Amino acid sequence: MTQTNASHTVAVSQAEFTAAMRDARLDIPAGLIDAEHHPAGRRFSVYRNNVAVSLREALHTGFPIIAKLLGPQNMDGLAGIFLRAHPPKSPLMMHYGDEFPEFLANMQQLSHLGYLPDIARLELALRRSYHAKDVAPLAPEALAQLSADELMEAKFELAPAAMVLNSLWPIYDIWRINTQDDAPKPTNTAQDVLIVRNGFDPVPHLLPVGGVAFFNALQRGECLSDANNAANKETPEFDLGATLTLMISGNALTKIKGLHP
Amino acid sequence: MFDRSSLGQLPNGAGVGYKPQHFSDIEADAGTVRWLEIHAENYMGDGGRPLAQLRHLRESFPISVHGVGLSIGGEGSLDKDHLARLKNLVRWIEPASFSEHLAWSTHDSHFFNDLLPLPYTDQTLERVCDHIDQVQSTVGQQMLLENPSSYLAFAESTWEEPAFMAEIAKRTGCGLLLDVNNVFISATNLHYSPQAYIDAYKLDCVGEIHLGGHDEDEDDHGHPLLIDSHGCEVVDPVWALLDYTLAQSGSKPLLIEWDTDVPEWSVLRQEASRATAALNQFQLAAQ
Repeated sequence: MTQTNASHTVAVSQAEFTAAMRDARLDIPAGLIDAEHHPAGRRFSVYRNNVAVSLREALHTGFPIIAKLLGPQNMDGLAGIFLRAHPPKSPLMMHYGDEFPEFLANMQQLSHLGYLPDIARLELALRRSYHAKDVAPLAPEALAQLSADELMEAKFELAPAAMVLNSLWPIYDIWRINTQDDAPKPTNTAQDVLIVRNGFDPVPHLLPVGGVAFFNALQRGECLSDANNAANKETPEFDLGATLTLMISGNALTKIKGLHP
Repeated sequence: MFDRSSLGQLPNGAGVGYKPQHFSDIEADAGTVRWLEIHAENYMGDGGRPLAQLRHLRESFPISVHGVGLSIGGEGSLDKDHLARLKNLVRWIEPASFSEHLAWSTHDSHFFNDLLPLPYTDQTLERVCDHIDQVQSTVGQQMLLENPSSYLAFAESTWEEPAFMAEIAKRTGCGLLLDVNNVFISATNLHYSPQAYIDAYKLDCVGEIHLGGHDEDEDDHGHPLLIDSHGCEVVDPVWALLDYTLAQSGSKPLLIEWDTDVPEWSVLRQEASRATAALNQFQLAAQ
């Protein structure tokens, strides 16, 4: 068994342990030893390595498209810098990487790939949608029972798994070409996206222009008519019918909260 | 102190660490697998596939909830939000067993996603016991505490690990989880007899045994340095140490852990069959 000898001991605090683990230039705390009371040396590197590898893998798993776009080596390098600057703040690794889009946006070397931060936001949103609460969608009859006027005055609850993202980049096309065979080349246009989950797998859809303003207004509790106005204010091209159809088919509406006011 | 026991609830048969990619395979042919273990943190989302799968599996299998992020050995206080999430999960699943590690993973609100070692002193003993008291009273279920795999030692330690863990069990009423692969790793790395460790371990407090694979490396002096990886088959000397343990402990729930480079279900099922055979062989010999 491990020999215990308290006569000439050096206590190691967890602050010292973590500091040395995060920065390989620091000395390994002297109170860490092997079975012959030699300094721990390489043995300590096991922890350094375990932590770095597990967090790096978490980023690869959490941001597969970013990893694909950058290539594994570049992704490893970036992950190494990121995880030192932003170690997880919670044991829930399913949400790790909140700061990754902002981190990518601030990397000078990546400024020629301006779409990367928005793709990282899309991947974060897909993960949040995957783990979001299950809520039964609105029954089709519920909408059919409303008159046209009532429909415009209706306020809705939205599915926790439904999310929108706006971008100046063709994020939908970039997502598609990296996840589907035979997808067309990305167009040179700004694209907004609606993420919905029919069942368990979240899927992004191209959202008509103005759709983000419409979705956000509904989520704030505005009625359909007011949400339509909010979207029209942003762009007169807003297509209410197409946007609503997309949301209904994606189970994004879960409940009629009542009629205006 | 706690309402539910974690001892004697799991079947004395083989279990495996559950991986979502095996969901349909387990439904089709579970082989000799009689129970499943989940990592608590993977089931703390609000919904979606992970919770749906678990809701389904718990109808057919006893579940063991195994936490990897509570940082029971941490110098700081326990994360109350995380403890609340754990309590909700345990209340929902009503697991046959609930376990955590003698280790820490959070410091200064940073989570390191690894099981880090602590020295064994009177001071750390009190801290760990306080944390376990808090966990058990909050979660409402007895906890099993798992022995770590060690790559180094602390000069300041004044307790040997089995005695340290036995004292924790005595003071808090927690049970123990014996990871036989971890014993083999630590004994090799710190040059002691794994059998002597088993002899000293408080086996009547053990509610579950873990088995898993490890990697081989060397330290600065050319001595073997084994690293816990859960990424390959259990090696023969670890199976032999299991036999040595079972001869003293009697039948126990046996878990195969395989967390990295996860193989096809048939490979894991085969490992579980070997664990079942080890238990059967022991039971025959005991008759």
